[in-house]
Amino acid sequence: MAQGVIAITEQRDGKFRKVSYEVVSEGRRIADGLACQLTAVVLGSGVDGLAAEIKKFGPDKIVALDDPALADYRTDAYTNAMAALIKAADPAVIIVGASVQGKDLSARLAARLDAGLAMDCTAVALQNGVLTCTRPMFGGKVFADVQIQGSPQIVVVRPNVMAIAETSKEGVVEKPAPQLGEIKTVVVEKLMDTGSKIELTEADVIVSGGRGTGGNFKPIEELAAALGGAVGASRSAVDEGWRKHADQVGQTGKVVSPGLYIACGISGAIQHLAGMSTSKMIVAINKDPEAPIFSKADFGLTGDIFQLLPAITEAVKKLKS
Amino acid sequence: MDIVVLVKQVPDTESLVQIAADGLSIKKDDIKWVMNPYDELAVEEALRIKEAKGGTVTILSVGGQKAQETIRTALAMGADKGLLINDPAAEGGDALATAKILAAALKNQPFDLIIAGQRAVDEDNYQVGAAVAELLGVPHVSLVVKAELLDGKIRCHRIVEGGTVVVEAPLPALFTTQRGLNDPRYASLPGIMKAKKKPLEVKTLAELGIDPGAVGAAGRKVVLKALRLPPQRKAVRMITGDTPETMAAELVRALHDEAKLI
Repeated sequence: MAQGVIAITEQRDGKFRKVSYEVVSEGRRIADGLACQLTAVVLGSGVDGLAAEIKKFGPDKIVALDDPALADYRTDAYTNAMAALIKAADPAVIIVGASVQGKDLSARLAARLDAGLAMDCTAVALQNGVLTCTRPMFGGKVFADVQIQGSPQIVVVRPNVMAIAETSKEGVVEKPAPQLGEIKTVVVEKLMDTGSKIELTEADVIVSGGRGTGGNFKPIEELAAALGGAVGASRSAVDEGWRKHADQVGQTGKVVSPGLYIACGISGAIQHLAGMSTSKMIVAINKDPEAPIFSKADFGLTGDIFQLLPAITEAVKKLKS
Repeated sequence: MDIVVLVKQVPDTESLVQIAADGLSIKKDDIKWVMNPYDELAVEEALRIKEAKGGTVTILSVGGQKAQETIRTALAMGADKGLLINDPAAEGGDALATAKILAAALKNQPFDLIIAGQRAVDEDNYQVGAAVAELLGVPHVSLVVKAELLDGKIRCHRIVEGGTVVVEAPLPALFTTQRGLNDPRYASLPGIMKAKKKPLEVKTLAELGIDPGAVGAAGRKVVLKALRLPPQRKAVRMITGDTPETMAAELVRALHDEAKLI
């Protein structure tokens, strides 16, 4: 009978992505609830040091799949290696982060294993040994509670949602040779943004701008910098060419869950609200007191963003100094 | 180059979504149905490849009678033919069940390239493209913003957090779309007239040799227990003041002292 939980971590260029700590912490909670073992899997090339680093989040076992062929994420190589490991281990639950990599890998793995998958979950509840996963649909306009039949149950959790928790468990590290199978794809080039830009889906603070900016994002960038956050944009700001597609928050862009979301000059189209409604705290700043964004906000300020934003930036700087 | 595009008919993203009386589905009456926005990118990219290299563009969908509208839209944009899998037993499936139907339809269909949306904006599963590729045993690349056909392979620029990764896959292959790939064209009036005469075949599961118990609602591995609206936020607290500075000070104080966020 299928037993145990496997958490698939994610690293890039030898550094864990934050969602890795989230999936191992949540995997620990699920394994405790099911009274079974948690295995954390680290895939990459030269990932010895990383395997030890994940220990503090409490896996019973850490499996390092270490091979030059796994240096960069490729769907086929990672799927082959994980599928072989999963078939041998026969786990009840697999937990993965809903990052770009995690969504891609889990989707292909589910088809390979003929397994049920709950994508981009914002909550996982365990009752009488049964997992119920909550997942936003229609970009967050509706929440669905789902249960997965059969095994393994593949639970893919939204980044920035699951709590990170350290434990004192001392997991053992194993280094089996990965079974790579046939690999057809090749990573030719990586064109990464330079500088220390914070990824929207991982940011604790997001300051977003919309049509009301008129294309001037400077005060938004300055407030984001003061708060150590990332800059987002509404669909209309992206359609106007003011920001890149990668910055778009909404049903046809990125779905984000930061601790603090500040919407500036964004009226609050349904498709935008869908992409940010799971933010923990929402502040709306808009000159139109009737803007729909205020109905989704915790704090609202009516006024000119070009006067309010510099004032808020100054107040934040004063507080931090 | 024979290209197949997977499309889905979904509620327009500006639609208000309401839960039906059964608590397990959405109210479908007042909804405007459109082609999934990411599938529009897929149709456009297929047409551009066809215009450059020749070949055919086939539109494939699973859905009810109404889904024919979406296929006709793609035909009006310039695709050559359509295939709709319409069967009551195909309805209500999860992503993997739908992928099984699409893959079965593609087993009898020659293709060099399949293009799909990265996700459908209704159930947001992000699964069907990858699952279809897996079931057909071909490589896939997701979230593509630029695709170049080279000799016997495709080079894709895919968006990841914080950058772009360039991946090559041998054909036949599948890729999924991300915004930025192209700007989809609108169907022209002559295009709409021509689309009415283009072949649109409708098939049942039996015609594809699929066991109805393995797909649709009966084949679900992800069982829907309840649909609910997101938790309501408390009423907004408007921050007022005589000057931007006093408003800013009060907001920062509240975020620091009360919310403990900064």
